[in-house]
Amino acid sequence: MSARDDILGRVRSALAAVEPDPAPVTAPPGTRVADLVAHFAERVADYRATVVHCAAGDVAGTVAAALPAGARVVVPPGLPDDLRSALADVIVDDGLSADALDAMDAVVTCCRVAIAETGTIVLDHAPDQGRRAVTLVPDRHVCVVRADQVVADVADALAVLDPGRPLTWISGPSATSDIELDRVEGVHGPRVLHVIVVGEAG
Amino acid sequence: MTHTFVGMPPFPTAARAALADTQLRHNLAHATATIRGKRARVVDEVENWEELRLAGAAVKDRALRGLDEHLVQLEESLTARGATVHWARDADEANQVVIEVAQRHGVDEVVKVKSMVTQEIGLNEALQAEGIAAWETDLAELIVQLGGDLPSHILVPAIHRNRAEIRDIFRRRMGEVGRAAPADLTDEPAVLAAAARAHLREKFLRARMAVSGANFAVADTGTLVVVESEGNGRMCLTLPEVLVSVVGIEKVVPSWAELDPLLRLLPRSSTGERMNPYTSTWSGVTPGDGPQEVHVVLLDNGRTRALADDVGRQALRCIRCSACLNVCPVYERVGGHAYGSVYPGPIGAILNPLLKGTGDPQTDSLPYASTLCGACFEACPVLIDIPEVLVHLRSKVVDGHREDRVPKPEAVAMKSAAWTFSRGGRLRLAERLTGVGVGVGRRLGASRWTSARDLPKAPPESFRAWWRRTDGRLDP
Repeated sequence: MSARDDILGRVRSALAAVEPDPAPVTAPPGTRVADLVAHFAERVADYRATVVHCAAGDVAGTVAAALPAGARVVVPPGLPDDLRSALADVIVDDGLSADALDAMDAVVTCCRVAIAETGTIVLDHAPDQGRRAVTLVPDRHVCVVRADQVVADVADALAVLDPGRPLTWISGPSATSDIELDRVEGVHGPRVLHVIVVGEAG
Repeated sequence: MTHTFVGMPPFPTAARAALADTQLRHNLAHATATIRGKRARVVDEVENWEELRLAGAAVKDRALRGLDEHLVQLEESLTARGATVHWARDADEANQVVIEVAQRHGVDEVVKVKSMVTQEIGLNEALQAEGIAAWETDLAELIVQLGGDLPSHILVPAIHRNRAEIRDIFRRRMGEVGRAAPADLTDEPAVLAAAARAHLREKFLRARMAVSGANFAVADTGTLVVVESEGNGRMCLTLPEVLVSVVGIEKVVPSWAELDPLLRLLPRSSTGERMNPYTSTWSGVTPGDGPQEVHVVLLDNGRTRALADDVGRQALRCIRCSACLNVCPVYERVGGHAYGSVYPGPIGAILNPLLKGTGDPQTDSLPYASTLCGACFEACPVLIDIPEVLVHLRSKVVDGHREDRVPKPEAVAMKSAAWTFSRGGRLRLAERLTGVGVGVGRRLGASRWTSARDLPKAPPESFRAWWRRTDGRLDP
């Protein structure tokens, strides 16, 4: 008998007296707040990420200001033109090797959705965010979040996201508490997370 | 260099050694108190935490009650998304799958995401035996691996090590297996983390194959989920060409939307954060992004045995948050090694006997490694009634000795108590002899019992004698 049939057989005999439960479970919603965008910004800042607000017209300048002088910057191929044009000297990812990415100082991307309750940004790696390695290897991640992309809680985010795409949920910079449970920001992922929230709050 | 838990002594023996280690007790007390405080703060701010726990337990119960159907669906959706699904009855079969993939690609090293299940099956040792190095990339796992040590906590496997010990391990060992620690390494956590970053980055950049576990496997979408903090998980799941994920069959979540309560319960219960820094999800192969060859090994290794136990089944709801370890008065004092398994603490005390079955002296000692205080049940985000399962397993251990030729002292004591209590005359006689019996007991056989407990003094008069004398009046 194959391992598959054997295991499924054991499962079925273990559950012989158990009725399956057909109805999906719905969890209670998270706390509702009036100002999602402000709540999101506060929660992101709690992770010791940098958060700045700007009006839609100022986004290019705000992004440029988030990058240290002389930084080598990589951007995904689908970064919107208004952002792309703000950055003088960038490298567009066209399948750069891991070593080439390791030589970059920063990456600028958009995101798919942001969660207020947990201060989380979710990338679905569409062309305005790039493939996963691009937002992982460089040490500084500048992420542009539009105010209308902020949702209240995890359930709302799951409803928006396409599980068929690879997803990266980011809540603050990379961190560890492995040494005496003392939190240290910055291990393997970007050590600096710079979030730019664009547009009106509320 | 690598060690396993094979051949560990039963809990009481191992615990005695651990209790004598004052450094260990100090490290543990500090670490568990810190994490308890963090968890309490972020759990308190959730208004409907209890409802959320109920929802989390309900999702996992639904997954388990229809496990055969969900597994078949998971296999279908993974296959449709370009992943190759393997089934493994036990550790050897699972290890063999990983070895074969590595050999087919001619790799002599793999990078690993922290994973309980690959420790459970002894994957690193199996790979090593084939000449394939397995590099642990989680900081705590790295500390354990470099130190030639054993993990002692589910979330923070090096919880028993303090910063000075970690600096010594890094200085001594890093250079032997890759980039050496800098000469001016201090014991500041940030400096130690930076040394780990530099040491592991060269391994991430050159690795061609990675091995992971998964926190959740979503049946209807074929999505695997890995929850982490450092970014080592993202590195392993993104940069190599080949990815093998070993997934216990109980990790199934029926549908995508039902991840909601679990993604909210896990980080708050585990690291005491509203959300962990990174969660990666992927469904099979994504052309042009990440590993282009993806394997998933669905592992039984005792899970169907646990599933068949009506009381113990609930242990398979466990999402490996380790909240039960951090609140356990026994764990806090003895640490993880005394449990003799990669699953220590209260959850380990039930999971090991459920997965392996009772009958082995080490496993049989685990359900007794508890005071039944219930703190673990209160902390568990998926409402596993650990004390209930402990008592149930104790009865199984006792049942396993019913036919022994030489009965255990407890069995003799219980049998004689039953004989005595079943007749009033026998009880009367026993009451008269209690004073004598306690005196004799003090001198003789009860010393193992009384070495840690007081044997009470016998009262001058039994209750029934007092009743006869006074007719129940306090002022006769």
